Amino acid sequence: MVHAVISLFQRRVAVGAAFLAAIALVVLLNHRADRAGDASASPPFHLTNVAADVGITFVHHGPTLDPKLDNIAPLVGSLGASVSVADVNNDGWPDLYLTNSRFGYPNALYLNRGNGTFVDTAGAAGVADVNRPGEGVSMGAVWGDYDNDGLEDLLVYKWGYLQLFKNMGDLHFTDVTEAAGLRHWMNSNGAVWFDYDRDGLLDLYVAGYFRSDIDFWHLKTTRIMENSFEFATNGGKNRLFHNIGHGRFEDVTDRLGVGSTRWTLAVAAGDFNGDGWPDLFLANDYGPEELYLNDHGRRFVLSRVGLEGDSKSGMSATLGDALNRGRLDAFVTNISERGYLFQGNNLRLNFLPELGRFQQGAEGVITDAGWAWGAQLGDLDNDGRNELFIVNGYVSADRDRSYWYAMSKIAGANGNVFEDAKTWPPIGTAGLSGYERSRVLLNRGLAGWTDVASVVGVSDEYDGRAVALVDLFNRGVLDVVVANQNQPALVYKNTVAPGTHWIAFKLVGTRSNRSAIGAEVTLEAGGGTRQLKVVDGGMGFASQNDRRLHFGLGTAGRVDRAVIHWPSGTVQTLEHPPVDQLHVVTEPSR
Amino acid sequence: MSSPSPVASRALWVRLGRMDSRYPVSFLITLILVLGEARYGILGGYDRLATALGVCAATELALSRWLGGSFANVASAYITGISLALLIKPRADLLWPFALGGFLAIASKYVLRYRGRHLWNPSNFAISLLLLAAPASVAILSHQWGNDLATNAVIWCFGLLIASRVGMLHVTLTYVGCFVALALVRSVITGGPLLTEIAPLTGPMYQLFIFFMITDPKTTVSTVRGRMIVAAAVAAAETAIRLAGDYHVAALRPLYPAPPILALAIVGPVANVIDLYRAGRSGRST
Repeated sequence: MVHAVISLFQRRVAVGAAFLAAIALVVLLNHRADRAGDASASPPFHLTNVAADVGITFVHHGPTLDPKLDNIAPLVGSLGASVSVADVNNDGWPDLYLTNSRFGYPNALYLNRGNGTFVDTAGAAGVADVNRPGEGVSMGAVWGDYDNDGLEDLLVYKWGYLQLFKNMGDLHFTDVTEAAGLRHWMNSNGAVWFDYDRDGLLDLYVAGYFRSDIDFWHLKTTRIMENSFEFATNGGKNRLFHNIGHGRFEDVTDRLGVGSTRWTLAVAAGDFNGDGWPDLFLANDYGPEELYLNDHGRRFVLSRVGLEGDSKSGMSATLGDALNRGRLDAFVTNISERGYLFQGNNLRLNFLPELGRFQQGAEGVITDAGWAWGAQLGDLDNDGRNELFIVNGYVSADRDRSYWYAMSKIAGANGNVFEDAKTWPPIGTAGLSGYERSRVLLNRGLAGWTDVASVVGVSDEYDGRAVALVDLFNRGVLDVVVANQNQPALVYKNTVAPGTHWIAFKLVGTRSNRSAIGAEVTLEAGGGTRQLKVVDGGMGFASQNDRRLHFGLGTAGRVDRAVIHWPSGTVQTLEHPPVDQLHVVTEPSR
Repeated sequence: MSSPSPVASRALWVRLGRMDSRYPVSFLITLILVLGEARYGILGGYDRLATALGVCAATELALSRWLGGSFANVASAYITGISLALLIKPRADLLWPFALGGFLAIASKYVLRYRGRHLWNPSNFAISLLLLAAPASVAILSHQWGNDLATNAVIWCFGLLIASRVGMLHVTLTYVGCFVALALVRSVITGGPLLTEIAPLTGPMYQLFIFFMITDPKTTVSTVRGRMIVAAAVAAAETAIRLAGDYHVAALRPLYPAPPILALAIVGPVANVIDLYRAGRSGRST
């Protein structure tokens, strides 16, 4: 009996000890999660912000809206900073277009002078003064040679009327929106050029975010917000414009079945299932991502590929070969905030050909990048693997006042409540996930990803929106350009440690669209390594990368072959292309 | 096909009332789970449910046998496991909050006791602890419910019905009444829209809170009047937290993600200790 009493006491002590140990373990694991993926060693590249040094002094200004939205104006008007890359004058040096979003504030076209500096030529070129009352304000832009004349044309998507600028040469652009049949009012935050029917003419897909009947400066109603935080379908309708030649477009949205109203923030195009036809991948705010598979250019089919049950706040659609499998994977940013919400970013590994679906590949540090916006996959250290550059932060304001609590009051409520902007608590001077640091995730292959931002020189806490990767100075490395909301743009010049090799391709379409948008290059190097990249007509969030495809090769000084899949269907193989140089490849006639 | 007669329905109703309260509550939470998962994929992965349920049941069986000499009914662990699976929303790739949360929830019943009774509702304890000790890893269900009126209505109907049959409707109604009244007070104080202050009540966290936590018979005080006072006190504590949130009081920031749950975690055990202490002094059995 005595033994039994003592035994029970001991057992209680043991259970109590286990209980305390479990609490300690919670604290420990939380600490580890907080620090997961932090770099301990310095990677072989360094990024330095040289924006001012190279003459890029652009500061974004967000939109001012109808006073009826004053209670949440900083939230609603938190978009519009964008960056897109193109060689607008065909001089071999990539140029940058940056958007502003306030009436009277010009967009900028930074011409690369080839000497390490840039000059804003937007005014003279005719692409600066686009933010005007009655016309709307810019939210982003994508470059594409829609008329195959060898000059990159510019589509500016807005909260307002779309604007298409034809590149006339000599750094002069003409607004051809009306003649092209594109003068449509949309509240758009994303667009992509792609040739969905492979007729050699670039078509245009424009994502609607807010409904298109909303004029943000003359609101008829304040019932403009989402009707669900996770399953909203009351956003703007996306539209597909078919290029019918002679500078004209027709709206084929309904005929082809791509009129999603899911608050699409970002769209990217690529051939996910390997059938040769470009598909559409949508990152939707307040809802699940969507993949529209292209059925031979005749229609698109919203496909059940493992995205539909995972409802989040998709902000950015980034395509790239994350694990060197020769596949186009998709990375989608979402929202995370300590204590309130962990939506987690998605790395959608493409297993469509085998399994008919994507598999979630996000784990560890990749899942949480704060309130993440634009992201790009690119080989920043030329080691043959793609890094991830993620920008983030929503509204940086008073550091001691957060809107998260106020927002949580309505976030779980019935949709009718928060669909009306009037019912949202006033934000005042509070911020919302502001002052977040950008992430630079080093790809260590099977060992996962490590956040190296602070050790490679990325320490800014701006409200990043768009990010583009581009070899700005033609040095064989990828530099990074970031557009920040209401803040200066950043130009991170990349310095890569010597000893690695690279190769790049500039593709010129002939039977395909001249910009070669949608063309894929698969690189095979020693040891069976494969890398796949696609020429993008807009990717990430409000951004477009360098049209030239850049591959890091590590220490391998040799490429076995480069296989080019042109949008026309032509497959071209380059055997042993020399490394450490840019190859300009023109599509063969057959 | 004939419909059940009024007599049969009444008999079923009476039988339901006599049933161990854990079973109708288990039914309700299962209904919520099935509805939420079918319509909205609320779980975020069946591995989460399996982990939470498995750990809760295993802990209950192990500790009851080890400390009490016999295996306990796992209905309570079942309710706790599902509550945790529904309410805990950790970083995407983490399973340990479900495992450790499950263990801590059930173990709290055996460790944190006073006069032979446990003091916290198990899931309330575990969630509160995770939110306070692991904010970089764990968040609480905030809006993964589809924000949909029909789903809300189904849960409220069944919830009220079952709260009534298990004799806890007065707790639910007292809390809801106080919440609405205090929402009005907050609205007046802060100058914000009244609808905004009432809005949380329609959210999923509140439905789980109102029907599974604050009404837990094992962790409520012994009298009807006392339970109503406690429910009102929880609503008052919650309002204090909410007002602090409205005015950005930094010291209370960890409490803002889940005001009702943390208010119950503070008020509930204090009330239970007082109740048990008074019962002990008066020789009243609990």
